[in-house]
Amino acid sequence: MAKITLDNLAHSYLPRPAGPDDYALKELNHDWEDGGAYALLGSSGCGKSTLLNIISGLLVPSQGRILFDGRDVTQALTAERNIAQVFQFPVVYDTMTVRDNLAFPLRNRGRPEAYVAERVAEIAAMIGMEHMLDRKARGLTADAKQKISLGRGMVRKDVNALLFDEPLTVIDPHMKWELRTQLKKLHHDFGHTMIYVTHDQTEALTFADKVVVMYDGRVVQIGTPQELFDRPEHTFVGYFIGSPGMNLLPAEVSGREARVPGGTMPLLHEYRGLSGRVQVGVRPEHVRLSAGHGLPVSIRRIEDVGRHRIIRADLMGHDLNIIAPEDQAIGADMTRAVFDPARVNVYADDWRVKAA
Amino acid sequence: MEKTVNHKAWFLVLPVLVLVAFSAVIPLMTVVNYSVQDTFGNNVFFWNGLGWFEDLLASERMWNALGRQLVFSGTILAIEIPLGVFVALNMPKRGAWASLVLVLMSLPLLIPWNVVGTIWQIFGRVDIGLLGYTLDSLGINYNYTQNPIHAWITVIVMDVWHWTSLVALLAYAGLQSIPDAYYQAAKIDQASRWKVFRYIELPKMAGVLMIAILLRFMDSFMIYTEPFVVTGGGPGNATTFLSIDLVKMALGQFDLGPAAAFSLMYFLVILLISWVFYTVMTNLDKRGG
Repeated sequence: MAKITLDNLAHSYLPRPAGPDDYALKELNHDWEDGGAYALLGSSGCGKSTLLNIISGLLVPSQGRILFDGRDVTQALTAERNIAQVFQFPVVYDTMTVRDNLAFPLRNRGRPEAYVAERVAEIAAMIGMEHMLDRKARGLTADAKQKISLGRGMVRKDVNALLFDEPLTVIDPHMKWELRTQLKKLHHDFGHTMIYVTHDQTEALTFADKVVVMYDGRVVQIGTPQELFDRPEHTFVGYFIGSPGMNLLPAEVSGREARVPGGTMPLLHEYRGLSGRVQVGVRPEHVRLSAGHGLPVSIRRIEDVGRHRIIRADLMGHDLNIIAPEDQAIGADMTRAVFDPARVNVYADDWRVKAA
Repeated sequence: MEKTVNHKAWFLVLPVLVLVAFSAVIPLMTVVNYSVQDTFGNNVFFWNGLGWFEDLLASERMWNALGRQLVFSGTILAIEIPLGVFVALNMPKRGAWASLVLVLMSLPLLIPWNVVGTIWQIFGRVDIGLLGYTLDSLGINYNYTQNPIHAWITVIVMDVWHWTSLVALLAYAGLQSIPDAYYQAAKIDQASRWKVFRYIELPKMAGVLMIAILLRFMDSFMIYTEPFVVTGGGPGNATTFLSIDLVKMALGQFDLGPAAAFSLMYFLVILLISWVFYTVMTNLDKRGG
């Protein structure tokens, strides 16, 4: 187990990157605390897997250093880093039995057979495959194969970090919960540093203590699920996290007031000297329909998702989502939207502005 | 749905039947016809029953040719399959070099067989051939026209030169189908190079390798042109393989009856061995699954 430090790290797949656009991973400094459970969240192609492969040593970064507990491992081979990694699509050794598959990483490191047998039994119990240990891995279903891959990732106890690259993509939904819970338990019991790549916010938020949100090759925010929800540092975080994502409206902000299409909205804090493209962001949870005052909206449709209702509305040509409690009556006269001033964030050029 | 009965449809199938009849069935039946008859000339034939087949099974000449044939096929398989896999493993996976290597590798496959024979026939000559002359200058008494061992080596090296790239290309195709994640996982699992080959590459290549073995076996078992051009089956009968012997019998001696019986047996042997191969292959597949 180790603390992993990324120092000035950047990577481009091109031999001679010309500008920032050529970088799959833009310059990054970050410490992954020893024993932390991190989720790396972002849409496809944002550099998540690149970052993961750099940490595990499958890729050598174009610039910068990686340190494990202060020791520079940038040029070290994957084997020397002692990392476990599970990939998006199942990798099993077809001709081996399930048992041999699980034992493979241990045997390759020359562990005594008694220890191997003990670990394999533990892991098989964890992934629920004790009864299949003597079957050949070929011909198993995709999710059984992925469970074997996960098992191979977890079979070593002494790894510096466990990396998961969207490991549950091919797994059945009910098994997903099960396995995610197992991973959490594993983390709790052994305190491995874990990094979990996903584009599924639920997965990220339930798994991790800290979520790292990436966008376009850049880390845009690192925070607890609560922080990401309350104070998205970047409009992408606001939009990506939450269901539906944060509402963004173009605004002119001066002092404690934001002028948005259809009127003005009060702000809790004072903002000064904003430049660039200014937007206000407020989550659907913090918008309320009202019959009295507020901004004029027209409701396009209402989706009842069980726990609450999502109101898809239109505010002077801009989409506005509102979450209304299940028991709230929505009358024909409710044509106004009220925003909770304490929950409104102000963005300039997509980055959150701190109040003056 | 109601089935429409229309016997005119037979006319649509007729061209194919005629074509197959003239290209395969009638020639084969002619051979069958010859194999059970004998003649003393003047186009007068009489029934000989299974006589030619009995003679053939008792003929030392045929058994010797079959023995040489099996040794030849076995030898070239034992060389070409591992060598082809080795070459495939060392071919560049992508980029401009990969395309270039692919083109170079397929070149021998594009050369007509008698040209391959001619190339090696000249290549091995002591007076004007690069190989023969070089060996001779090095003090090695190389002469494929007189020394049976040299003739064998020449014919085998020629076949390896001609056909290893087929095995390599097939194996390469098998290797290309392995996703990168497998190699990455193997690195994470700290698998040795040998284990990567044994547990990732070989299983993924197994299917195409079986096809390669089958193709190379059938082809080498029927080989005629190349050794005929190089050695003519000699020195003596040293490189007289089954098909060379068959042609000698059918065209050289004009023994149509024995040759016809020979052809049929030859055909059955190939069919039998291919069938065994196929069964073993599919069983292997099933057992793995």
